[in-house]
Amino acid sequence: MGELLKVERLQIAFRGDQGETISVEDVSFAIQPGETMAIVGESGCGKSVTSLAIMGLLGASGSIKRGYISFLDTNLTAASEQQLRKMRGSQVSMIFQEPMTSLNPVMPIGRQIEEALRLHLKSSRKEARQSAIDMLRKVGIPRPETIAKAYPHMLSGGMRQRVMIAIALICQPKLLIADEPTTALDVTIQAQIIELMQTLQAENGTAILLVTHDLGVVAAMADHVAVMYAGQIVEAADVYTLFRSPRHPYTQGLMNSIPRLDAISGGRAPAIPGQVPSLHEMPTGCRFHPRCPYAEASCRELQPELMETGDRHRVRCWLTETSEADQIAVHRDTRQKVAL
Amino acid sequence: MNETVSFLDREPAIEHKPLMQIERLSTHYPLRSALFSRRAGSVKAVDDVSLTLYEGETVGLVGESGCGKSTLGRTIIRLEPAHSGRIRFEGDDITHYTPKQLIPARMRMQMIFQDPYGSLNPRMRIGDMLAEPLLVHRLASRKDVRREVDRLLGLVGLPASAGNRYPHEFSGGQRQRIGIARALSFRPKLLVCDEPVSALDVSIQAQILNLLQDLQQELKLTYLFIAHGIGAVKQISTRVAVMYLGKIVELADTEELFRKPRHPYTQLLLNAYPPPDPALRRERARVILHGDVPSPANPPSGCRFHTRCPYAEQRCRIEEPLLTENRHAVACHYPLE
Repeated sequence: MGELLKVERLQIAFRGDQGETISVEDVSFAIQPGETMAIVGESGCGKSVTSLAIMGLLGASGSIKRGYISFLDTNLTAASEQQLRKMRGSQVSMIFQEPMTSLNPVMPIGRQIEEALRLHLKSSRKEARQSAIDMLRKVGIPRPETIAKAYPHMLSGGMRQRVMIAIALICQPKLLIADEPTTALDVTIQAQIIELMQTLQAENGTAILLVTHDLGVVAAMADHVAVMYAGQIVEAADVYTLFRSPRHPYTQGLMNSIPRLDAISGGRAPAIPGQVPSLHEMPTGCRFHPRCPYAEASCRELQPELMETGDRHRVRCWLTETSEADQIAVHRDTRQKVAL
Repeated sequence: MNETVSFLDREPAIEHKPLMQIERLSTHYPLRSALFSRRAGSVKAVDDVSLTLYEGETVGLVGESGCGKSTLGRTIIRLEPAHSGRIRFEGDDITHYTPKQLIPARMRMQMIFQDPYGSLNPRMRIGDMLAEPLLVHRLASRKDVRREVDRLLGLVGLPASAGNRYPHEFSGGQRQRIGIARALSFRPKLLVCDEPVSALDVSIQAQILNLLQDLQQELKLTYLFIAHGIGAVKQISTRVAVMYLGKIVELADTEELFRKPRHPYTQLLLNAYPPPDPALRRERARVILHGDVPSPANPPSGCRFHTRCPYAEQRCRIEEPLLTENRHAVACHYPLE
């Protein structure tokens, strides 16, 4: 089976008051048909910019400086705006964090779903209306005939996100990009939306690119994971490997700093010291070295490459080359034992 | 009622005094029909809630959005008017204090907000912002105010040089530190923390939680910690109260609540958090809380949770369960064993 989406050595820059800033550097990954790939990282790490680049939505100030994105063997970086328009909504669609801001407040919900069908599949008004109602039922909206006539402000946050999913999936796209799809929702509603996305994915074979900061959501949904830090992928692996044996100190730090429900209360969370560097003052060498507990002289000077350490597991860290990576793993184990 | 309670099993010797007693408190918001602005009933955002905060403890308050947890936090420090009930702070009934009477009590109960940026004046240097209230309330003289500001910045782990900078120059985590420094300037006893870490990145959340824990030890603070992120609540709280549609439905020691939730809502709420482990995803898929929270303007009859409760019976639809008065309090006719 060929790759559905391939991103290769992508570099994205934005023009601003202070000249050009590189916000994504050397990002490569691929998504197979039907699988869920997650990009996880903190704010400003470049995860959303990467997903916008796939949709061709970088805007006037952003541009792809190097690398390419191919979707179904079409090079999107060279595609015209017209080609991209045809693809968006029909082949690739996107849902965002805050459904209220991406729905049209003065158009009934049903019509917003019909729009995509009429535009891409040239359906008749009647067909489109029926499909929209069917889709609303599929995403778990009660009384779909009535709700189709409602306006976005009349619905709860969870319902709006269901409507967004209905709009995104109505043309049965091959790829759904979900940028923090559950972050604005209550945790009980989040669980419902995750379940819904998984059911629809199983039915239609849609691949999902999940962009999130929430490792819990990643653990619940993803097949593969790429961890981004300061514009770069620092580690990528299948979800089980990543959670069982994270090898990059940043990934390990992230995993350790999730407050765990099985830990004893009143304890302390192992925080990662310091903060994410600004795009204007990127550290030399490894971008994580100022916050890394294991940093050595070489980390301060030379930038590590994303290296394959076997079985689709890639790590951008000098220490993985030597046996010290194992020491880190041992270190982490003892730390966890202490925490328990 | 037992006035002093030892709530820390690890330190049984310490007896704790009640700092704030909330008795049968209700907060209502009027509902108006849009066109003619007539009163059309009211939303009972907080409905008949009783809770005591003991000195030095942290009570976590959890629940879905709209459950009234923030309103409760705002009402007890008198940012919202109480509809009925009583708020006693350090033994004084402050429920009906005039704004002037409130000033000394207000200094001793402060609030930390979710988005510190929204509450910082963008045109004021941090140092001036921290100095202003100290001067207004004569807590420091012009001569000493600089030293006091430096002390506050030091408390929250910021360098003294931060005082010369403006809010936009700081990251989210640092701004939250500034928000905490400002709350501490009056040397308060009680801090109401309303979602203090939910807007922050995961790695920064841990830093702020650790800071709050250190400050509590050092300054003998009492926290009401309002959050929807259950992991943070678990880490920082000594006791946890679960709210649903304006009511406390369960209140227990943190360990106990997480190990043995007795209210079906608590159980389903805890279950909704995806565990950070892909190996557990199948296990969890079975029980999901369905439906949305009903409108607080028109809450269901009987037990308010009965519309979403998998165990609801006839009695739950009719009779409202009361919160029991034991150590592990639960408001349910058929609590889980």
